[in-house]
Amino acid sequence: MKPHHLSKKEVEHVAWLAHIELSDEEKTLFTEQFNDILEFFKKIDMIDTKGVEPTYHVLDLKNVSRKDETIPSLPTEEALKNAPKKEKKFIKAPRIV
Amino acid sequence: MRIFVPPYDAEVIERIKREDGVIIGKTNMDEFAMGSSTETSYFGPTRNPWNLSRVPGGSSGGSAACIATDEAVLALGTDTGGSIRCPASYCSVVGLKPTYGLVSRYGLIAYANSLEQIGPMAKDVYDCALFLTVIAGHDSKDGTSVNAAPKDYTKFLKDNVEGFKIGVPREFFGEGTSDAVKKQVWSGIHKLEELGAVYEETSLPSLEHSLAAYYIVAMSEASSNLARYDGLRYGYRVDKDEGNWATVYSQNRRIGFGAEVRRRIILGTYALSAGYYNKYYLKALKVRTLIRRNFEEAFKKFDVLIGPTMPFPPFKIGEKIKDPLALYMSDVDTVSANLAGLPAISVPCGFTNGLPIGMQIMAPPLREDLTLQAAYAFEQNTPYKNRKPTVN
Repeated sequence: MKPHHLSKKEVEHVAWLAHIELSDEEKTLFTEQFNDILEFFKKIDMIDTKGVEPTYHVLDLKNVSRKDETIPSLPTEEALKNAPKKEKKFIKAPRIV
Repeated sequence: MRIFVPPYDAEVIERIKREDGVIIGKTNMDEFAMGSSTETSYFGPTRNPWNLSRVPGGSSGGSAACIATDEAVLALGTDTGGSIRCPASYCSVVGLKPTYGLVSRYGLIAYANSLEQIGPMAKDVYDCALFLTVIAGHDSKDGTSVNAAPKDYTKFLKDNVEGFKIGVPREFFGEGTSDAVKKQVWSGIHKLEELGAVYEETSLPSLEHSLAAYYIVAMSEASSNLARYDGLRYGYRVDKDEGNWATVYSQNRRIGFGAEVRRRIILGTYALSAGYYNKYYLKALKVRTLIRRNFEEAFKKFDVLIGPTMPFPPFKIGEKIKDPLALYMSDVDTVSANLAGLPAISVPCGFTNGLPIGMQIMAPPLREDLTLQAAYAFEQNTPYKNRKPTVN
């Protein structure tokens, strides 16, 4: 029997959360592939991790900060160079609602 | 990102230019470094110079292929789960993933920021050590940069490994490892024994789980890091003005990202979403701690750990790309170094049917010198460095 962790409907929902549109064929294909991958991820379920701290980062660096001083940053023209749509000194965005 | 022109140089590029290095160009790679075969590239696959029907490994496949064919003397790669070592192994060149934080990631496009490192790829160990010397060092522009004393890594290269204690974890020779790979890597270990090292078989049980833990962490981080690709400030944008922000954003990302990138972002979003965070992401981070502890224990006893870089020789183009999970399996021996932040090098250790095999040498954090010394001694006493592919 095929592993079942996620339905097509759920894939559609998560893709929406990630802001990625999917075609109907892709939804079907991804659902199948995700179920295989999640079945593989299940492997770690059985490991005993009671009392084990998570490793977010391998380094023991904490709160790396610099002095709060103004330093030169990218000029506007440079920052806009790669924007597909712009107007004057602004990036042209789609409407929000 | 085809038409993207970076407005500034990455720190590694600045360091190369400061030493009068000449940048020749950019090479092919898996899209956003997500892949192990260079087949997910938007520009199409790179072929393996040793056999044009095979993959060169990935994600830094273009880098390795151009060194193997003498198109470039040195190349950079990034390694999140093996993306320097895998193509180095598959193209018979040398590739080193440094300790996490040794090389600045300023200017690097982030994929999985707690795992990835930029590192050197070269035709031999000396060049690799020299290149690492140039690019390593503290950079205040990267908050994860380690403030370690600079080293001239070429100074550690010796013709022998007198007194080296080598651990050979049996998990690196697990199910799915081809006989040809086992044979060549073991003959490599025996070669190092001849050169003065002692070896012992050992076990790091948590390595069994490194692949699952790695993909959960990598996908989760990718889903967050790649959220910035909205198609507004840079990158692909659909050419229409109707639709609201969310719709345009979703369409840009549908067309702008290839299938593997979308798969990883969506699955990463799932692993981080309410109700699944503890089950997948947090659990994977705890397993990551267990893997680190296993390595810490092992390095109390051994100077280096050795195994294959890749479980099997280069596979055919098209052979695995339709089955994502099958392709992920090829990273089984490389991802643990990323989870633990350790330095690991791949050095050529032979051929099977004309296809290259690589040996992987891992060391404790910031002990790149040990991986380079062992790799150098091995290289100087084996004939593989001099073999070159003939490409017509």
